[in-house]
Amino acid sequence: MTRYILRRLIAMPFLVLGIVTLAFLLTSVTKGDPLTAIVSDRQMNNPEIVAAAKAKWGLDRSLPERYVIYVGNLLTGDMGTSFITRRPVAQDVLYRLPATMELVMAAMVVGATIGISLGVLAAYFRNTVIDHAARVFALFGSSIPVFWLGLALLYVFSVQWGVLPGPGRLDARATPPPLVTGFMTIDTLLAGNLRLFLDAVWHLILPAFVLGWAVAGTISRLVRANMLEILSREFILTARAKGAGEFRVVIRHALRNTMVPTLTVIGYSFAYLLTGAVLTETIFSWPGMGSYAVDAARGLDFPAIIGVTIVGGVVFLVTNLLTDIAYVVANPRVRLG
Amino acid sequence: MSAHPPLFEVRDLRVAFGRNGFYSEAVRGVSLQVDHGEVLGIVGESGSGKSVGMLAALGLQPEGARVTGSVKFKGRELVGLPRRELRALRGARIAMIFQDPLSSLNPVMTVGAQIAEAVRLHNPDLSKRAALDRAKDLLALVTIPQPDRRLQQYPHEFSGGMRQRVMIAMAVANDPDLLIADEPTTALDVTVQAQIMEVLADLQARLKLGLILITHDLGVLAGHADRVAVVYAGQVVEQAGVDDLFARPGHPYTRGLIASIPDMTVEKDRLFSIDGTPPALGRLPEGCPFNPRCVVAQDICRRETPPVRHLPDHSAACHFAFSAPESAA
Repeated sequence: MTRYILRRLIAMPFLVLGIVTLAFLLTSVTKGDPLTAIVSDRQMNNPEIVAAAKAKWGLDRSLPERYVIYVGNLLTGDMGTSFITRRPVAQDVLYRLPATMELVMAAMVVGATIGISLGVLAAYFRNTVIDHAARVFALFGSSIPVFWLGLALLYVFSVQWGVLPGPGRLDARATPPPLVTGFMTIDTLLAGNLRLFLDAVWHLILPAFVLGWAVAGTISRLVRANMLEILSREFILTARAKGAGEFRVVIRHALRNTMVPTLTVIGYSFAYLLTGAVLTETIFSWPGMGSYAVDAARGLDFPAIIGVTIVGGVVFLVTNLLTDIAYVVANPRVRLG
Repeated sequence: MSAHPPLFEVRDLRVAFGRNGFYSEAVRGVSLQVDHGEVLGIVGESGSGKSVGMLAALGLQPEGARVTGSVKFKGRELVGLPRRELRALRGARIAMIFQDPLSSLNPVMTVGAQIAEAVRLHNPDLSKRAALDRAKDLLALVTIPQPDRRLQQYPHEFSGGMRQRVMIAMAVANDPDLLIADEPTTALDVTVQAQIMEVLADLQARLKLGLILITHDLGVLAGHADRVAVVYAGQVVEQAGVDDLFARPGHPYTRGLIASIPDMTVEKDRLFSIDGTPPALGRLPEGCPFNPRCVVAQDICRRETPPVRHLPDHSAACHFAFSAPESAA
């Protein structure tokens, strides 16, 4: 087990280098001219300014040179400077990544909780109203586009009924807590401000639900199918013959056996959530990686684009590793040397 | 024997499976009795209803099955008993083990956790520690070496025979009065079969268990059962003490089963087998259900359901029981 994790960790730097290289190459072959992002239209005709800008941003050097410099800087934690915000990309990302992670994790909790509960209920009460209702719910979740759902729910719950807050991470009038982790829920607690914490949670509900619903659908269908299979196994009969009650039979014996494929799906839906976060963040004015990426792409902000890609890739690698470790822990039949 | 009610008494048990309002009976009026410390063998082909009947007796019938008749445990009626009360009996007073010990054990729980669970389900005040200690003793009881280490292992780390020992340990965890063993050796190697039977017989004698041994192999019962019930097409067709049954089988089906036990002392080219297959659910032939496969069937067998004929402590449901000419079998 430890050897397996160690081996995976050793492979990590090489995978990251691969991501860096790919991100760098893909960005450099795009058609857009980054100069348009740096130099204003009026000054484009001024060769001196153009040359100065090129020199300043290193655009006068060859691609391999730029690559070597970039990787060298990356090793010191320098991801270059954003064309648009004129701040170091690393700093921008560090500020925005926690916002996205908070949203994605909340969405994961929502999706997994709803998905697993619905899947279990649907399997246990198969072919009843509960089962059909769960199926319809899952179908809606995976077929309604995130941006439409986000707007619709915002309109109904925030604008019409006013039961949930509008976009943003906190009430617009509130003073944000000092930045420590970047997770609003944690920072408000660290600041000892319970009211602000509840406000942060309040603001998380809608975007987390919008993002989590689709995942809930996928998870519930998978859990239902697996539960049906497991519930027909003989060890379920053994558990009943031991005198175990139905709740124990379903949760302790059946559900635990479906955790292996479920964990895998939860882990891999991280990638989906990161992608979905782009749209959700835009709709909910969430200052995360998604909206940052959209701005960067629109403005041909190359350093930011590469930075976002690398960080996204690394996040994905880490979740995959965690998923695989969880897989081993949940499944004693997998033996790894 | 005494004024005590028998340990386990089944009267006219019927289990039917329904589809669109039509029910077909898989168990068609079975009556059995097991006394304290007695070993009853139930023998029959697969699909004869022997397993389904015993599961239904404990309220473990498959979904959608209809169970009627009477099942009494120490005089207490189990059919129609509330689920909570049935649960309190299952695993405590009445335990069960199944055919395939690999699929019968939960693959993601350690063996120790599974045995301890059986203990704690019926002794909720017991600590986890104490339950695990008890589990260790139980593993030792079924002669599993190094019980300390084995407790922390998962079922896939055990051999087939060892797994069945674990199942047995789990079944006797709460010192039950009755153990129902459904084909306990069928999925195992021949040499291992003998060991498991030995463990079962030893525990049965030591714990004074009432034991119901369900099998399709009459040979298994020869050395282990006190009485035998032969089941065909959801009914008991013959019931007798084991020696009596082997000496004077009253039903042609029983004679066929005896003849198909491999005999290592006689050299034979081919093993005897009963022609044909048991009737499918809901497709019983007219008259005696066994008549299409019976070597001595007469006209009456195709017309009339045979009555149960009795000798002292011996009964058989055949028109010619105890009087028919010995068949070719």
